[in-house]
Amino acid sequence: MSEYILEMQNITKEFPGVTALSNVTFKVKKGEIHALVGENGAGKSTLMNVLSGIYPFGSYTGDIIYRGNDCRFKNIRDSEAAGIAIIHQELALSPFMTIAENIFMGNERAKNKVINWDETNKEAVALMKKVGLNERYNTLIKNIGVGKQQLVEIAKALSKNCELLILDEPTAALNDEDSNHLLELLKTLNREHGLTCIMISHKLHEVIKIANSITVLRDGKTIETLDNTEPVSEGRIIKGMVGRELTDRFPKHTPNIGEVGFEIRDWVVHDPLNEERVVINNVNMYFRKGEIVGLAGLMGAGRTELAMSVFGKAYGKRISGTLVKDGKEITLNNIGQAIDNGIAYVTEDRKTAGLVHIQDIKTNITLANLKAITKGFVVNEDEEMIVGKDYRARFDIKSSSVFQKAGNLSGGNQQKVVLSKWIFAAPDVLILDEPTRGIDVGAKYEIYKIILELADSGKCVIMISSELPEILGITDRLYIINEGRVVGEMQTSEANQEDIMSIIIRSSAGR
Amino acid sequence: MNSVKEFVNRNIRQYGMIFALVVIMIFFGFMTGGKLIWPRNVSMLVKQNAYVLILAIGMMFCILTGGNVDLSVGSLVALVSAMSGLMATTLGLPSGLAILISIITGLLAGIWQGFWIAYVRVPPFITTLAGMLVFRGVNNIILNGQTLPLSDLYVTIGTGSVPDIAPNTVPDFLRIGDLLQLQNKPEYLNMTMLIVGLTLSVIYVLFVIFNRKSKQMRGYEVPSLSSVIVKVASFFIVINIFAYWLAMDDGLPIMLILLAALYAIYTFIATKTIPGRHIYAMGGNIKAAELSGVNTKKMMFLVYSNMGLLAGVAGVVTAGRLMASSPNVGANFELDAIGACFIGGASAYGGVGTIWGAVVGAFIMGVMNNGMSIMGLNVFLQSVAKGMVVLLAVAFDMYSKSKSRLG
Repeated sequence: MSEYILEMQNITKEFPGVTALSNVTFKVKKGEIHALVGENGAGKSTLMNVLSGIYPFGSYTGDIIYRGNDCRFKNIRDSEAAGIAIIHQELALSPFMTIAENIFMGNERAKNKVINWDETNKEAVALMKKVGLNERYNTLIKNIGVGKQQLVEIAKALSKNCELLILDEPTAALNDEDSNHLLELLKTLNREHGLTCIMISHKLHEVIKIANSITVLRDGKTIETLDNTEPVSEGRIIKGMVGRELTDRFPKHTPNIGEVGFEIRDWVVHDPLNEERVVINNVNMYFRKGEIVGLAGLMGAGRTELAMSVFGKAYGKRISGTLVKDGKEITLNNIGQAIDNGIAYVTEDRKTAGLVHIQDIKTNITLANLKAITKGFVVNEDEEMIVGKDYRARFDIKSSSVFQKAGNLSGGNQQKVVLSKWIFAAPDVLILDEPTRGIDVGAKYEIYKIILELADSGKCVIMISSELPEILGITDRLYIINEGRVVGEMQTSEANQEDIMSIIIRSSAGR
Repeated sequence: MNSVKEFVNRNIRQYGMIFALVVIMIFFGFMTGGKLIWPRNVSMLVKQNAYVLILAIGMMFCILTGGNVDLSVGSLVALVSAMSGLMATTLGLPSGLAILISIITGLLAGIWQGFWIAYVRVPPFITTLAGMLVFRGVNNIILNGQTLPLSDLYVTIGTGSVPDIAPNTVPDFLRIGDLLQLQNKPEYLNMTMLIVGLTLSVIYVLFVIFNRKSKQMRGYEVPSLSSVIVKVASFFIVINIFAYWLAMDDGLPIMLILLAALYAIYTFIATKTIPGRHIYAMGGNIKAAELSGVNTKKMMFLVYSNMGLLAGVAGVVTAGRLMASSPNVGANFELDAIGACFIGGASAYGGVGTIWGAVVGAFIMGVMNNGMSIMGLNVFLQSVAKGMVVLLAVAFDMYSKSKSRLG
């Protein structure tokens, strides 16, 4: 037997109009942690779906050799039976069931179809201990955080006696602490139980920290496999991913800042579920034309709530305070009014709230500003076609045509469609909430360029991001938000990560 | 070549439905020894099934908002029909006024339900289930379990035809039936119907040509000339054959004018107006639609109010065809309408479906109803057959979708 537990050879997978994978070869050694990196749309998830049988044998060409056997998986059950488990980015847990029930879902501890609950709970406790999940086995999934839910998924995979675990962006939704915990766990499982892991990730520093080997995909082809025994540099990986050396992660830019275009005064927002609780407490801010203003803060600091409450009261109850645009006070009671007054909000929740997945690219782009292509009562579909083609070309939205459904695009391209929609709405104030979340470096660079272009055209750009390097790299000025209050304001040129973090921590302690 | 393929791919569902309708017509035409396609029967088919079509148009919008349905329309048809009896017969109001009041009753009932659904957030299924009970009850209170005869105008709308403007003026060369010596008496042909058919089809052709030209001039993309010619020519032929067919019977049914008008208006609303686009968007992803400025509450309210309005129209039409208001009218109408939408390609999750689909679906339901009745099939078996067709139509839809995803 060879040293490889898995060899995927010459895998080609085509979708109507697109070749997602072309002659991909991917080999994983037994007992290693192997990272799979590449830009969005490079084919990482497709490759893993081929491996796990989601795309059944026959829908692709090429060979999968797993533990020396030629495998032809027809569905997930086949691959699981062989010892391969996959954990998707969207967790597959049932929120109203307990941890134990979820761990053994589809794999119940049963005799003659009757579940043995004692056995189930006992094994669940053992598995939870193994993955370091410190909860009761009968806690409902909805009551634990995403980080712990991720651990339940891993326990679930282990319960199936899996030997090869595939994780698709396991840390994308986690904060730093939970991410570290998860990565440590993977290392431990790898070291002590010989679990082989394939990890898809955009977070290159994590990849470098834990992977033994790194395979880079680009445009559906294998570019290279790097040995990470001696840690390689991020730059080296990025070079493989984008096909060129990316010297600057942020585009160079000289801001052209004008007068104040938008102001938030004495803004107070209450929690819609608990109207006594103040979520945003007396916030005052101003934004100048052509300026990119960052809102820095920890998750849950209230930045999204602030943005949405401004955007036509899309969040919150008992909202008070004033909004001033171009020196005039405006009232925004619903989202329609906000859009009419030139405010746009790009949601952080792209997957569930950004796009209509079953509609095509052009229809999504025009949705927020149908008025612009409507004469009398009639929506001009020819004009829409032109708009769609225009934005597709301008932002290089990788797709077969403007008729492609938004749901079939990769994350970066979906985000470009969302941005196109809001740019087409011609706002004066653009609020971007985590605009590059889940997007790879190459596409991030393109998104940054779009953002800078918008600022240069004289718009007030407000950017919420949990990645401090991004805020420092792209904004001109920043506010620091903590616990619903503005706790600091500074020019980005004078800011650094340490200062921002210490301001946040001091403001928390001071209360 | 590629563009033709893309065009077919994009429209395959529509053509598939027409294909299914044709197959079902041939099947029942064969099973009934040709009776199904007799001019008299075709005319009947239109009048008899008008209610399904009218309700299906309204129901399509409900389904588009997110797979919601309106269970109350059958009862609402009954309520409107009872109002007609009350106004026109018991109170003796002029027929025109009675019809207006009846339709407004439908609209008010729709507004009532729209209010609970949109602004109180009672799920549509429950609101309309309640409506189903309430409206049926009110019908019985008004009619006190009795049947009331209706006046002439109702009957004309329900069963009448446009008078022949020039009887016996059809030139001999058009009398194909006589030329082929199909009957031993001279064939009757209704001149009005022939003229209307020809005029409409010519206007359509001119419109398409003009529209294409003007689009080209403004630099928009236009479909290839060959595909346009095929489409226009087949439409021209179908319309004129259909007109000829009806001309052999009573001519142009008033009901057909009403149906054509409703079809045109609602297709326009669904495809060419902002509210139409907003309904599709909210059915596709309600959160994304809301964040893009779609007033989803208002849309929900309008959709259910409109459903009430159309149920009002269907109520008047049904009362006219039966020539009476009765307590039992409208039973299971909601199921016919919902079935028509799903046969016509609506997605059970919302966001997908066309008015055209609802119309074809309604005709498939109608042909099946009518064909099986002519065959003298047992009513219970008819019900089994209809149920199976709805199930298989949606199953086919799911199957073809999963195929295309794996493609």
